[in-house]
Amino acid sequence: MTKNLRVKSSQYIDETNRISFKFNGKTYHGFKGDTLASALLANDVHLVGRSFKYHRPRGIMTSGSEEPNAIVQINPGTNRTEPNVRATEVEIYEGLEASSQNCWPSVEFDIGGINNFLSPFFPAGFYYKTFMWPASFWEKYEFFIRHSAGLGKSPISSDPDIYDHQNVHCDVLVVGAGISGILAAKNAAKNNFKTLLVDEKNELGGSTIYENNELSKIDNKIPSEWLKKEIEELKVIKNLEIKSRTSVAAYHQYNYLLARENLTDHLETKDKINKIRQRLLKIRAKKVILATGALERPLIFNNNDRPGIMLSSAVKKYSEFYGVACGSKNVFFTNNDSAYESALSLYNKGINVEAIIDIREQSESKIVKKVNKVGIKIYWSHSIVDTAGYKRLNSVSIMKLSNDGTSVIGNKISISCDCLGVAGGWTPAVHLYTQSGSKLNFDEEKKAFIPNKNTSEQISVGSCSGDFKINEIIKNLNQKLKDTLNIKQTDLDNIKVEVDQENSKRNIWLLPSDKPVGKTKPFVDYQNDATAKDIKLALREGFRSIEHVKRYTTTGMGTDQGKLGNMHALGIIADTAGVKMGELGTTTFRPPYTPLTFGTIVGRNVKKFFDIFRRTPMNDWHVENKAEFENVGQWKRAWYYPINGEKMHQAVQRESKAARESAGILDASTLGKIDIQGSDASEFLNRVYTNAWSKLAVGKCRYGLMLNEDGMVYDDGVTTRLDENHYIMTTTTGGAANVLGKLEDYLQTEWPELDVYLTSVTDHYATASLCGPNSKKILKKIIPGLDLSDKNFPHMSFKEANIENIQCRIMRISFTGEHSYEINVQASYGKDLWEKCMEAGKEFNITPYGTETMHLLRAEKGFIIVGQDTDGTMTPIDLQMDWIVSKKKYDFIGKRSLYRSDTMREDRKQLVGLLTDDPNTVLEEGAQIVSELDQSPVEMLGHVTSSYFSPNLNKSIALAVIRSGKDMMGKKLFVPMENKNINVTVSNPVFYDEKNERLNA
Amino acid sequence: MFLINCPYCGERDQQEFKAGGEAHIERPKQPTELSDDQWAEYLFMRKNIKGVQFERWVHAHGCRKWFNMVRDTSNDEIKAIYKMGEKPPSQ
Repeated sequence: MTKNLRVKSSQYIDETNRISFKFNGKTYHGFKGDTLASALLANDVHLVGRSFKYHRPRGIMTSGSEEPNAIVQINPGTNRTEPNVRATEVEIYEGLEASSQNCWPSVEFDIGGINNFLSPFFPAGFYYKTFMWPASFWEKYEFFIRHSAGLGKSPISSDPDIYDHQNVHCDVLVVGAGISGILAAKNAAKNNFKTLLVDEKNELGGSTIYENNELSKIDNKIPSEWLKKEIEELKVIKNLEIKSRTSVAAYHQYNYLLARENLTDHLETKDKINKIRQRLLKIRAKKVILATGALERPLIFNNNDRPGIMLSSAVKKYSEFYGVACGSKNVFFTNNDSAYESALSLYNKGINVEAIIDIREQSESKIVKKVNKVGIKIYWSHSIVDTAGYKRLNSVSIMKLSNDGTSVIGNKISISCDCLGVAGGWTPAVHLYTQSGSKLNFDEEKKAFIPNKNTSEQISVGSCSGDFKINEIIKNLNQKLKDTLNIKQTDLDNIKVEVDQENSKRNIWLLPSDKPVGKTKPFVDYQNDATAKDIKLALREGFRSIEHVKRYTTTGMGTDQGKLGNMHALGIIADTAGVKMGELGTTTFRPPYTPLTFGTIVGRNVKKFFDIFRRTPMNDWHVENKAEFENVGQWKRAWYYPINGEKMHQAVQRESKAARESAGILDASTLGKIDIQGSDASEFLNRVYTNAWSKLAVGKCRYGLMLNEDGMVYDDGVTTRLDENHYIMTTTTGGAANVLGKLEDYLQTEWPELDVYLTSVTDHYATASLCGPNSKKILKKIIPGLDLSDKNFPHMSFKEANIENIQCRIMRISFTGEHSYEINVQASYGKDLWEKCMEAGKEFNITPYGTETMHLLRAEKGFIIVGQDTDGTMTPIDLQMDWIVSKKKYDFIGKRSLYRSDTMREDRKQLVGLLTDDPNTVLEEGAQIVSELDQSPVEMLGHVTSSYFSPNLNKSIALAVIRSGKDMMGKKLFVPMENKNINVTVSNPVFYDEKNERLNA
Repeated sequence: MFLINCPYCGERDQQEFKAGGEAHIERPKQPTELSDDQWAEYLFMRKNIKGVQFERWVHAHGCRKWFNMVRDTSNDEIKAIYKMGEKPPSQ
């Protein structure tokens, strides 16, 4: 049985455009302009969800983004599904499907509803108190808790939509297009400020746009008519951009704001395709005008959460804006005049209003008199003590309030109704204001926190600054605009406003019932089912800080962040604890104001743009030749080249043997390369490396070790003197950017007197490293004219040459211990160079090898890899590399630290070699090393840093750092593993060709 | 995120910059003359003030130039920016 509660055509609803949609599988109809909430209400559907903890039936409560109850799953089961969406914000379109959340098997019959009857067993902190014992059971509890937690379901297939980010700069950003925002934007733009006006709704005008109350007049017009004219004028102003459906999520310092612009959510599915769904606007505004309005407060009384109980302002909006009656027997419950406006609005539309229950003793305002005159029954000094109706409100029970408002007296009266509009006053929406770091002040008279001290160039105007009457709003807005925009005149100077001046209010945070609090359910946070009872319990248990009470009771921790009930929570705490609300403060308002999708947050940075890769010029060759790749920093490096279905181990063994026995080739393009020029370049290198550089001849190369100022090894690499004042430095692949940064730091801040210029040229050169006993013959084939004799081109020297017309720099340097050459060419020739080497090397069975083989070959020689064999706690002395530390140089980075008492300790961890007693056992990198097996607790001496099976030595080799390792040569130690203990012997870290004879082989 | 007025490039977003710790700590000219304590003072000890702090920053994703900044760490208000080698503004 569905009723049609569409009462009268509204200009915001297009009744010629009928739209069908599904809710919980059933088809309904609405009109263009409806939200899901208004369309459901028009079909007399109030029950839309179940509450989080007690699974109580819940209905639509509000008409905006503050909605705590009506949160639904949109398009369930599709790849565009979205959980936890507020039905009050969803614009309906043909084919829209939505379903209730947090209920099973259905919202009408939900098994979880049993929690409601068990609620005495679920007090605040229930989980903390219950699942503590025994601690070891937590994993079992967690399984069940996780199953019952959560609201909607996340999509399980990838999101088909496109999201975008955009940087926006403006002179003035106006947030909120209600009456204040519109007037502010208009005056800013007219005064030549580049202005952006944003509003979360699709229609501009806020609540004034449907304010048809004839008791207020602006320039002798009713407010809605007057504002419509202003909006028309707005649309033709230059300098002004208007973005609707745009919700500001965050307000950061320096007037940096993030907003989400919704572009396709209101379109039919076929129209969403290939369009940007949502755009994250990153706004930098010189000045910000917050006109975010105010949120109506509910009242806190027993069973105040039944479907059919709504905010009074929402009842009015549904009637005035959407032309929907929320009930056929309406009652209002209020502590101020707002409910009378709503009641009158319904009356004017011919909707039945049964009664208004007012906790005040009386009010003399014009609107109250008018309501009285039309014959609506008003119960002064009364409060609702209970409500009835499980899935839909059917009556309220009221009693007279005592004079002090702490108890109820007299007889209980029952009023039959199907909709209750509650009006508890207004809370300025200061969320964005406080996010910016600005401070609030509690206004005792208004019972609200209002903006007080700004931290950036911003103003709050309209009801978010605590001005609720149109005359106050316009007067204060006018002055603030003049001050902040530094202008003399505005459009507002001559506006005439008539309003109902009376505005009395009686504030009772928690309304009394005839039952004790413990027997009632006065909900404060509807979404998380936190009641006044829970808050009082938390206070009895000793919680005092508002932040603690919030977390303990979960008040304000739902997806709505407690936009409705937080003020009441504060009020109840203040009343109970006997402190002033201003002293209590508020909980922290955190972004986002309304939830953002992950899509909006990541924008275009998805799939291949999620994490960008760097590829070498030879990359295509590696791919064509089936290389496996590994990530090194952001580089994709060839790891090994399996052939004939080889596993990594087999490929690496083959590559390693080939490189030592004939020829291998490695793509070394990823090594960092820094071009160093200037008359003080030699002196600069002297200061940054541990060894001496002044005497390095032009055309020679030298290995260097770079320390941090704390004496620990930072990076290493070979630097070549290309010319008198010109060097090229190589760094580790991962360290390139940091090394350049560090060198620039010293150059600019400590040694600005040095004439040195640094340029990163990593991407400019491609490098092929040719190694092995036949490397010389291969190079000779490629560059026949170059004298490769040891005399003319010895180890650690450099030549410039041409391969056909390609200029190249060749360094005879070696990271493998073999005779080898590093050939550098301009990056664009990299693949060409590589193919030439492969072609020339064919007769020598040249074998491309990847990073794994490179690591193995260098480990055979005991060469360190910074970052693998070092970890930021190793000095060169610890690495047994004393030979590279100049004793003669007066200073270099880190030198003084090598003489600190701590770095000179003999029992530091030192780099040594490890040989397993069983040559076939390969140690695990990271494995711990001990000297005693039956000690408890066992003393860890160190750990394995590099470990391989060496095909050239036909045994397992490892490098390790061990406490006092230098003095342990030949000592037997143990590497305890899960199932066995491995016997090892400490050795020299150089396992292969200790005399370096192969360099000249 | 704040805006930083790079003395070489002008106003840019904070994400282009990197912070480099406390400013005006000069590297000792003769480190070997220092005791362990004196060296440790230079090496390790840095102020972490809630309030006005003198800091080094670098326009890492821009001109790569280092400069000094006076920043109130409690609210990120930038009080002054000046080049390396220039005298800090008097407080």
